[in-house]
Amino acid sequence: MATTEKPELSAPTGVAVEARELTRRYGEGETAVDALRGVDLTVRSGELVAVMGPSGSGKSTLMHILAGLDKPTSGTVSIAGTEITDLSDTKLTHLRRDHVGFVFQFFNLLPMLDAEENVVLPLSIAGKKPDKEWLDDLLERTGLNNRRSHRPSELSGGQQQRVAIARALVTRPTIVFADEPTGNLDSKTSGEILELVRSMVDDYGQTTVMVTHEARAASIADRILFLADGLIVKELGSHTKPSEVLEVMSSLDS
Amino acid sequence: MIRIALKGMARRKLRTALTAIAIVLGVALITGTYVLTDSIKGAFGGIFTSVYQGTDATVTGKSAFDLSGNGTTIAPPFSEALLPKVRALPDVAAAVGGVGGIAHLVVDGKVVHFGGAPNLGFSVDPTQAALNTLTLVSGEWPGTNEVVIDESTEHKESFQLGDMVGVQANGPVLRMRISGFVHFGGAASIGGATLAGFDLPTGQRLFDRVGKLDQIRAKAKPGVSPAKLVGEIQAILPPHTQVKTAEAQAKSDAKDTESFLNFLQYLLLAFGYIALFVGSFVIANSLSITIAQRTRELATLRTLGASRRQVRVLIVLEGLVIGAIASVAGIFVGLGLGVGLFKLFDAAGFTLPNNGLVLHTRTVIAALLDGVLVTVIASLRPAWRATRVPPIAAVREGAQLPPGRFAKWRPVGAALLTAGGFALLVYGLFGSGLGTSAILLSMGAGTLLIFIGVALLSGRFVRPLAWALGAPASRFGGAAGALARDNSRRNPQRTASTASALMIGLALITLIAVMAAGITTSFRGAVEDLWISGYAITSQNNFEPIPVAAGNAAAKTPGVEAIANVRGGDALVFGKVSQATAVGPGAAQIFQVKWASGDNSVFTRLGAHGAFVDEGFAKDHHLSVGSPLKLTAPTGQTLQLKVLGIFKPPTGGSPFGPVTISDAAWDKIYPSPNNIYSFIRMRGGETPDNEAAIVRQLKAFPDAKVQTKEQFIDNQIAGINAILNVLFVLLALSVVVSLFGIINTLVLTVFERTREIGMLRAVGMTRRNIRSMIRNESIITAALGGVIGIALGVVLGGLLAARVDFIVFTLPVGQLVFFAIGTIVVGLLAAIFPARRAAKLNVLEALQYE
Repeated sequence: MATTEKPELSAPTGVAVEARELTRRYGEGETAVDALRGVDLTVRSGELVAVMGPSGSGKSTLMHILAGLDKPTSGTVSIAGTEITDLSDTKLTHLRRDHVGFVFQFFNLLPMLDAEENVVLPLSIAGKKPDKEWLDDLLERTGLNNRRSHRPSELSGGQQQRVAIARALVTRPTIVFADEPTGNLDSKTSGEILELVRSMVDDYGQTTVMVTHEARAASIADRILFLADGLIVKELGSHTKPSEVLEVMSSLDS
Repeated sequence: MIRIALKGMARRKLRTALTAIAIVLGVALITGTYVLTDSIKGAFGGIFTSVYQGTDATVTGKSAFDLSGNGTTIAPPFSEALLPKVRALPDVAAAVGGVGGIAHLVVDGKVVHFGGAPNLGFSVDPTQAALNTLTLVSGEWPGTNEVVIDESTEHKESFQLGDMVGVQANGPVLRMRISGFVHFGGAASIGGATLAGFDLPTGQRLFDRVGKLDQIRAKAKPGVSPAKLVGEIQAILPPHTQVKTAEAQAKSDAKDTESFLNFLQYLLLAFGYIALFVGSFVIANSLSITIAQRTRELATLRTLGASRRQVRVLIVLEGLVIGAIASVAGIFVGLGLGVGLFKLFDAAGFTLPNNGLVLHTRTVIAALLDGVLVTVIASLRPAWRATRVPPIAAVREGAQLPPGRFAKWRPVGAALLTAGGFALLVYGLFGSGLGTSAILLSMGAGTLLIFIGVALLSGRFVRPLAWALGAPASRFGGAAGALARDNSRRNPQRTASTASALMIGLALITLIAVMAAGITTSFRGAVEDLWISGYAITSQNNFEPIPVAAGNAAAKTPGVEAIANVRGGDALVFGKVSQATAVGPGAAQIFQVKWASGDNSVFTRLGAHGAFVDEGFAKDHHLSVGSPLKLTAPTGQTLQLKVLGIFKPPTGGSPFGPVTISDAAWDKIYPSPNNIYSFIRMRGGETPDNEAAIVRQLKAFPDAKVQTKEQFIDNQIAGINAILNVLFVLLALSVVVSLFGIINTLVLTVFERTREIGMLRAVGMTRRNIRSMIRNESIITAALGGVIGIALGVVLGGLLAARVDFIVFTLPVGQLVFFAIGTIVVGLLAAIFPARRAAKLNVLEALQYE
């Protein structure tokens, strides 16, 4: 299905997303706010990158720009080798369709569709048929196999987020952006969802960027980037303990 | 609470404005109606006052009975010998005698007609200046074979002084010289009517009144009251004449126009209230949706200590404010609409007199009251719903309104309402011994209940119906189409309410189309059944009488096998006023009447004392062949008749009234008789040569129109179609209201689904996809209203056809298909604005929208 038709743009370089000298300014004149002040970032294929930072650090802005939802004031972003900052709305939409998946804090499922329909929605929008084996595998892995025909209102928060994760992965995108995926879940469910995110990266090699302010969430990443005042101020490698993350965070707050 | 209501509405300007439009349109139609009818009444009032300016008393012929007022019969004229006697009375300062009637001006062999308005002619007596209502603008007063014409016709036809013009009244066309141009009364406009003035002897000849008068107008000497004058004249009156004060005369003259205007007013008001009724659906729906969206806001108010009552008051207050603002706006729009209605009637062939727009205080009060009341009533249910918002919803994501205590009874209630509505309707239609107002009331109330019931009930059908109607969208529209179908089924009650507004308009439009098709079918059937073949002669406008002389001239056409002239008028039979007709012996070869008793030879045997009656009349009065019958004409003259035959009229009507006599007998008791139609059978049937021969023969009667059977049917139906078109335009306004309802719902839905739309855009929907999604949802909603509306309209039409004899149930398939396409167009139009809004949403902001 999608993967075989899609050019493997990321393979030669091993780079999924690349950003250079990103700045983002909101407003003008004296009241202008610089959300990003020159961010360079490379996300390699198959890695899970966590972006952390106190509120107002610019982490959400960074993710929105990387995903092509917002435009930078200056700088460039390329996804799967395509420069996206100058693309028209329609071209950008098509690029998102093929290369980008989203997981939202509030799940954003369509209430009138059942779980399976929600999962295959991006494919329906693109006018494609889902690959049965892939879909079955995905639903099995996300633990939704016996929930396929349930509506969002009949699912728990954790189950809804599983549907959202499966939806993000169904097109086998170049990259998945997860915006506070555990922000609206209790601690036990959060743990399960983080495990799922991690296993998607390990099992499918799904490149993922996750924005979070939870230390525990960040600790599952291969790399953790810390943002403060619109700049990347620190980077930690894999197997970082949550306590280390908290340490860095408190140093940033002060 | 008032402050919160106002501030909330200010924040939701667009939503509030869209809600208000529904009321604006309804109120505008009501205001427009009052303005139109008041203006016409004012103009007519001006005309009738002008006619009797300076007059204190009038003498007219007196009918032997009250005429039905349908215009086919006029009061009999009286001898002009009365005029000198009136003039000789001691208290009479001046008196003029006059004749009048319909006088067509003929230019290049064609009758001058403006928008179906009458062509009036009358005598003028310039020697009695005090009693002359015409002012000479240019030229001179008319002499023998001369005519003066009103200046408005002068301008429209570019007449010049000294021009020769044809005039046709109760005889062949006469060539006359235009001696002058006149202006009537004050500044009163007379609509599209043409006026022609003659000197008395010329007028008497034209109108077949030689030696007779239609009216004497008298002016009293100074100090003599009109009442005293009336008393003096009364003393010298011969039989079959009457005297009235000018005031009373003006009033009785105005009676016919007034009753027509009242009818027009009620008719238009009915459509105004229909539009308001549709508008109330739109408002109720919009408020309900806003409340669902404001759950958190209302809950916050509750946590802050607002009581349920206060929440309810808040919503009703919003309704009140919307209603008041919309009503005021509606009054202004209505003034514009008044002008538009004049134009509409003009375009449909009814030019109405207009002497400036009249806005009465009553109009303003009625419009305000209706608009505000309807809005407040429509807001009651949403307000009730709002009270069910629990305070806890303030802190909960995506809280849903709990269903009300009565929710489970709703389908039952809706079904009962619908059933009750049908019961009332059927009672009104089929119940025996009901008065007109009781019939109309129970039919109206029944229809209203049916609409409300079906609207409530249709929530149940939305899922399956939208599934079926959305199939094409789902099949060909890709994901956008499939989502549109799901969206339309997502909140069935909302979709149902939105569609219901359209359903009402379409049901009524369909009902009228079915009715019109039914009337047309039965009329066509009747003509086919009765009339063997040949040509018909009617006036140019299909309903005015034509001179007997025209029929007589046509009878001399070479090749005529038979001719039947049909005359008609009021007659007193068995103490009641009935429609009577007369026909010659030629009818036997022209018509094939179904006889209950007798045969076609009845036509030839009528003679001086024969009559035939229709089956219903015979039953009512227990008549059989041989029964005696006394017929009294308006002149008071009577005929002793004997029933020779009883016929069964077809359901589509017949040219014969309940009682028919021979034309020879008719002409003895009816002064200046006229034909309604003439039917001619020619050797060789319908051929161009035959038609040309009759037309040649009728050259002196330009108002007479020769038609084949097909043309005759079409022309008679054309009148129905003209009325139909006016009704369609008026109902279209309700459809426009419901169109705004759909726009409103879609806009509100887009607000509500902002985050969802953001997500769809994020996962790959293009702006075009989003637009197509909204468009498809709109079309599905409109189609839903269309399908239910058309179906309901057909059912209502079927019920009516079952009751009313002259409506044969007929499905106007072409029109129904047109209506169905129309609904889809409504859906497309309604989607334009909301779809654009949805597509323009910024993905990022949409995703973060709460």
